[in-house]
Amino acid sequence: MSDLDAFRAEIRAWLEENCPAEMREPARDEDDVCWGGRKFKFKNEAQKLWLERCAAKGYTVPDWPKPYGGAGMSPAEAKIWREEMNRINARPPLSSFGIWMLGPALLKFGTEEQKVHYLNQIARGEIRWCQGYSEPGSGSDLVSLQTYGEDKGDHWVVNGQKIWTSYANKADWIFCLVRTDKTNKYQGISFLLFDMESPGVSTKPILLISGNSPFCETFFDNVKVPKHQIVGELNRGWDVAKYLLGHEREMISGAGGNDRLNTIGAFAKRNGLEDPLLRAELAMFDVDALAFTAMGEKFLDEIKVGKAHPAQPNMMKYAGTELNKRRHELLMAAGGSAALEWESPASNNGSKARTWLRTKANSIEGGTSEVMLNVISKRILDLPGA
Amino acid sequence: MPLYHTEDQAMLADTARQFMADEGNIAKQLRHWRDTNCKDGFGHALWKQFAELGFTGILVAEADGGLGMGNVEAGIVLEEIGRNLTPSPFLTSSVMAATALGAGSDDLKGRYLPGLLSGDSVFAVAIDEGAKHRPERIATRAERSGNGFKLSGAKSFVVQGGSADMLVVAARTAGSDDDNDGITLFAVPKDAAGLSLDVVRLVDSAQSAHVKLDGVQLDADAVIGEVDGGREVLNRVLNAGRVGAAAESVGVAAGAFDMTTTYLKQRKQFGQLIGEFQALQHRAAHLYSELEIARACVIKAQQLLDAGSEKADLMVSVAKAKAGKAAGLAVKEGVQMHGGIGMTDEYDIGLYMKRDRALAEFMGDMYYHADRVARLSGY
Repeated sequence: MSDLDAFRAEIRAWLEENCPAEMREPARDEDDVCWGGRKFKFKNEAQKLWLERCAAKGYTVPDWPKPYGGAGMSPAEAKIWREEMNRINARPPLSSFGIWMLGPALLKFGTEEQKVHYLNQIARGEIRWCQGYSEPGSGSDLVSLQTYGEDKGDHWVVNGQKIWTSYANKADWIFCLVRTDKTNKYQGISFLLFDMESPGVSTKPILLISGNSPFCETFFDNVKVPKHQIVGELNRGWDVAKYLLGHEREMISGAGGNDRLNTIGAFAKRNGLEDPLLRAELAMFDVDALAFTAMGEKFLDEIKVGKAHPAQPNMMKYAGTELNKRRHELLMAAGGSAALEWESPASNNGSKARTWLRTKANSIEGGTSEVMLNVISKRILDLPGA
Repeated sequence: MPLYHTEDQAMLADTARQFMADEGNIAKQLRHWRDTNCKDGFGHALWKQFAELGFTGILVAEADGGLGMGNVEAGIVLEEIGRNLTPSPFLTSSVMAATALGAGSDDLKGRYLPGLLSGDSVFAVAIDEGAKHRPERIATRAERSGNGFKLSGAKSFVVQGGSADMLVVAARTAGSDDDNDGITLFAVPKDAAGLSLDVVRLVDSAQSAHVKLDGVQLDADAVIGEVDGGREVLNRVLNAGRVGAAAESVGVAAGAFDMTTTYLKQRKQFGQLIGEFQALQHRAAHLYSELEIARACVIKAQQLLDAGSEKADLMVSVAKAKAGKAAGLAVKEGVQMHGGIGMTDEYDIGLYMKRDRALAEFMGDMYYHADRVARLSGY
C-alpha cells in the first residue's frame, strides 16, 4: 500500500468514526451551515461536535500548516480529504470567509504573529469574519473607495461606509479596505483588521429581492484601529485585496464543490418531467455542469502546483456563476407552480424561489461577469487597450 | 490522478506539436492534397512519419509491438491534428481500429497489427447506417455461411473508407435491429467480393464512403472478439473514437481561437485595433472560458477511460458534446470576427469551420450526446 493509500484508509476510518450521521446529509438551508464565531448558535449537538472534532485535528483547514491550526496536508492529501468527505456526503465542518478569503491573504502577507493569532482563531471557528470592500460609490470600480483612515500616531481613526458586507451583523471582526493616502489611487489603500464591536461601528441589514438580508450597510464613525492591525505594507492594501479577490472568485465559482456527478435533470425527474424541450434544456445544461465539474477539479489541481494562469480564478468565477444562475432558472422551470410558493411549509418557506433570486447576485458580487470578462481580455488574452 | 499532463505526456505533446506544425500544417497537407484532388485525402509520406514516431502504436499493447499508452496520449496527438487540420487516418486507424483489434484473438492481431503499426495498411470503421449516428440500431446482417459469415447491409460516413485497406464492420449476428445484444465486429478486407464503395468528398475535404455489403463472404477468423458479444467491444471503440474526436475538436477550437485573437490584435478599423472594442473582447473572453472547460472535461474523460472507470461513459459523452459546442462557437466567432476576409477561401479560418462541422457529426453530435448524458443519468 502506498503512503497515499494508507492516508486514505486513515481518513476514511476517522470519518466513519467521527462524522455524526446528521452531518452526512446535504445542507438544506442556511441554518445547516456552520459559520462559527462568538454569536453563532449551533443548530444541534451534532453540528457542534463535528466542528470540535475537526478543529482538534486541523481538518477545518486541512491544507494549512499545523502551527496555524491546520492539518498540514499536501495537495494530494487534501484532495483525498475532499474525496473522502464527498464519498460520505459529509458537510463541511466550518464555512467561513476567514477560511476562504482572509486566511489565504494572511498566509501570504501576514506577519508570523498575525498568522499564529488570527489563523488559529479562524481554524477553530472562534471568530467570524466579514469583508469590507464595496462602497455605495465604489462597486465595479472598487479602487475609487473613499472610507478614510486618518493617521493618529499609534492608530488610525476610520470614517466611512461600506455596503454589501456579507453577514456584517453576524460577524465578529472585519477585514477592510481603507484609504490611507488620498493622493494615490492604487497605492493609497491599506488592508486593516478590526473588531466589529469597536465603538463607532454599526450595521444595517439590506432587504433583498429574495426576502432575506445576507448583506448589510456598515458604517464607521471615528473607529479607532491600532497600527499593528494592518496586513501587508501601509498603502499597499490593493495588492492584498487583489490576491484575496482571486480566492473570493474561486469560492464563488463553486470549484471543487463535489465530484459526484449528480445532474439536475435526474433531480427534476423526481417531480415528473414530461416536457421534451425542458428535458433537452436540462440535458444541455447538465453537459455544461458536468464539464464544469471537471474544470473545477483541473483548476484546483493546477493551482496547487502553480500551473494555473494567475488570472484563471476570474474565468472560474465568470463560468461558475453564470452556470449557477442557469441551474436555478431550470430548477424553477422544472418545479412549476410549486416552486413559486414563498411562505409555506411544503416549500420550506420558499427556499427554491428565494435561492433562485439569490443566485442573481452571483454574477455581481465579488466582481461582475462583465468585469471578469474585462480581466480575462486583459490578463489572459492580452487584448489591446483592455 | 491530477487533471494535467505528466512529464512524459508533456514531452509527447511537445513532439507532436512541433511535428504537426512543421510537417502537418495546412499549407503542406490539407490545402496541398485538396488542391491536387488527391483521391486519398491524406499524404502517405506523412503517414509513414506518424508510424516512425510511434504514433500509430499509442493504443496498441506493448506485447503486440505498440507503445501501450492510453487515450490521454492519443488525445495529445489528436489535439495537434485538430490545430493543424492535418488530414490523416489516425483517428479511424490508430485509435478506433486499434482499440477494436486489441479485443481480437492473437491470430487476428498477428495478421493485422504489424501493418497497422507500420502504416502500410490503413483501417476505417463502418458503424453508422444513416445520416445520423445511431449505433444502438444496427441492421447490417451477418449470417452464418460455410465456415464463416455472409454480410449484407449498408454503411455510411465511413471516413477514409476509400483509402483504407481494411474495414472494421459492426454487424448483427442475432436479434432484431434495436437489440443491444447480438452484435459482432468483423475485420473486412476492402477488396472482398460483394463489397462496394461509393467514395464522396466531404465539406472538410476528407473523403468518406458509403459502403454496400452484398453477401460478403468471410471466414470465421474475421471475427473480432466474441460472436454475438460485440456490443461491449463496439462501445470501447465508440468511446475511444468519441473522446478522440473531442480532443481533435479542442485542437480545432484552439487553432481557430489563436488565429482569431491574433487577428484582433492586428486589424484596424475606425483608427484602432478591433481587439480594443469591448464588444469583441467579451466574446473572446467567453470563448476562452468555454474552451478551457472543454479541455478539462476531455482530459477527465480520457483519464476515466484509461482507468477503466464506470463513470467513463458519462464523461465521454459530456466531452464529445462540450468540445463540439465549444469548437462550434470558436469557428463561428472566428469567421465573424475576421469579417469579410473570413469568408474567403484564401484565409484559413473557414477551413476550421468546415473541419469542425464534420467532427461535430463524427461519432455523435452534441444533441446525441446530451441525450445520452440524460439517459445515463436516469432521465
